[in-house]
Amino acid sequence: MNRAARPFEFFTASYITRIDNQRAQTLGELRGGLEHCSDASIFYHTFQSLGRYHFLTEGFSNDVAQWVLASLNRPRLAEQLGALDIRGYVDLARLRHDLISTMEEFLRLHPKAADIEAFEPFYFCSSAEVTVPLGWEAWTLAEFRHYLERLGHAAFHFHFLVSRLRLQLQSNDFSMWFKDALGLGRLARLTERIDITTDTLDGAKARLLRLVDRELAA
Amino acid sequence: MQLEDYVPILGVQEVDDLRALARRLAGRAVQMVNSTAVGGGVAEILNRLIPLMQELGLAPRWDVITGGNDFFEITKAFHNALHGGPYDSRPNDFKTFLAYNEQNRQRLSLDSEFTVIHDPQPLALIDARPPGKNHWIWRCHVDLSRPNPRVWDFLRPFVCRYDGALFSAPAFSRQLPIPQYLFFPCIDPLSDKNRELEPGEVQDVTERFGIDTDRPVLTQISRFDRLKDPVGVIHAYQIVKRYADCQLVLAGGSATDDPEGAQVLAEVREAAANDPDVHILDLPPWSAIEINALQRASTIVIQKSLREGFGLTVAEALWKKKPVVASAVGGIPAQVIHKQTGLLAHSVEGTAYQIRFLLAHPSLGQKLGEQGHDHVQEHFLITSNVRRYLALFLHHDSHGRS
Repeated sequence: MNRAARPFEFFTASYITRIDNQRAQTLGELRGGLEHCSDASIFYHTFQSLGRYHFLTEGFSNDVAQWVLASLNRPRLAEQLGALDIRGYVDLARLRHDLISTMEEFLRLHPKAADIEAFEPFYFCSSAEVTVPLGWEAWTLAEFRHYLERLGHAAFHFHFLVSRLRLQLQSNDFSMWFKDALGLGRLARLTERIDITTDTLDGAKARLLRLVDRELAA
Repeated sequence: MQLEDYVPILGVQEVDDLRALARRLAGRAVQMVNSTAVGGGVAEILNRLIPLMQELGLAPRWDVITGGNDFFEITKAFHNALHGGPYDSRPNDFKTFLAYNEQNRQRLSLDSEFTVIHDPQPLALIDARPPGKNHWIWRCHVDLSRPNPRVWDFLRPFVCRYDGALFSAPAFSRQLPIPQYLFFPCIDPLSDKNRELEPGEVQDVTERFGIDTDRPVLTQISRFDRLKDPVGVIHAYQIVKRYADCQLVLAGGSATDDPEGAQVLAEVREAAANDPDVHILDLPPWSAIEINALQRASTIVIQKSLREGFGLTVAEALWKKKPVVASAVGGIPAQVIHKQTGLLAHSVEGTAYQIRFLLAHPSLGQKLGEQGHDHVQEHFLITSNVRRYLALFLHHDSHGRS
């Protein structure tokens, strides 16, 4: 079995939620808030919401879309905002831009919607990330599989999704290691294709385990 | 209870994560300070939290402040005022509050690296902190969304001297110059109120109270308090009853020592108008297993509060995989994500409609209940609370003091 050029080091991440001194009661205020809130806030309401609600498979891909649906009853806009696939983003500035422009396009067509009061305000929050090593190192794909199986949600989310922002690549920690340290380019590509936005974290992890098993059996 | 006891519930992975996070905090002193050792949600949480932190290798301790009746009368008045109630100040209230805090400051050793002060009663203990030393956090369990300005203006300068403040919901926070964090309250899945029950245990309770489990059971567990709108629940039930043969259980705390509670109970009985399918249960405080069984026997759990602190009865019901119909007030929207982990309503008619919808679509109820259970597992269990504290301490440790 191939021994990797460098080990895969597993980390876990924990997030504390900071409540920012900013809230929105209307779509117009939300649009303004998104322009001025911190990157950590954009992260919290998009990337982090997938981690917080990892057990939901449909209709909830970010907090902004959920608020537009549940508190403003605007299903069409909610659908458009929810369809922004965060896997496609490697920097938060672009994601912020697309959230705002989706909203602006809607407000251009429905200008009166800007001032309609929501049932509940949107509270801007942000995430502070704390990462610690789990103390597990994999040098082979078999060792990797062993640890992957017992990897928690937070750690999987950190390596599979949050890594995009860290790497600034349309990839993830697992794929990078498969490709660079083990020379398994195909496994890396198949891993990149796992669709986290339409699955739970458990489902995505199960798919990755199946891909690794197939590779090990080959 | 030990961490290992939670493995069958959480999975070994989550316990591994807790251990990994705690490793960097091994031997570090953590001090929790509140105003009561027994009774109330804070003491209940600390009773579970301290042993778990100890098992994870931290050095936690728990101190309780003392005070005379005059102190606790004042802090009770503060509590009500912070919730938005009126405040009839007496000339020496603030002075007395500070004097008792000073007395406790002299009595307690407050030198831990991480000190968490719970609620307003011990707030002024911040005076004990040497400048620039240690991390002091204020954990506010009170809804501060509409505080009485006189009391808040007095307390706010103390709050601003902490390194951070923890609130149960974003709506409860204030504009403050210090970091504010979201810290949900929690339930313990191994407590009598939430642990798994044998079918026979549930049956014993339903039989004792004359509840027919062959027909749908709608339940609200709440003390008999106007803010929980038990009469509104009866009106919603009466609408539903036109379409479905169901029963209503209203189970609450004992009202014998609370004149208003007794009055509300009388109003509830009048609204029920001797309907044999409305079960009004005035339960004593030691009814954890009965409440657990009633929630488990329910088809739908209702929480139709007009105002709410956090409303952990919602998390209890979700933990038992029950579909919940609840008002969008206080901390409830954090627990009930509309159409994902339950259904929110804003009126009697809306509550009735959502109940009817769930009775007509049981598979939706099942899905909401299951997703609600996962939501509680992720955010509202005692172990999530431990994880949050560990992350908070690590964050403050690496980012210094404010």
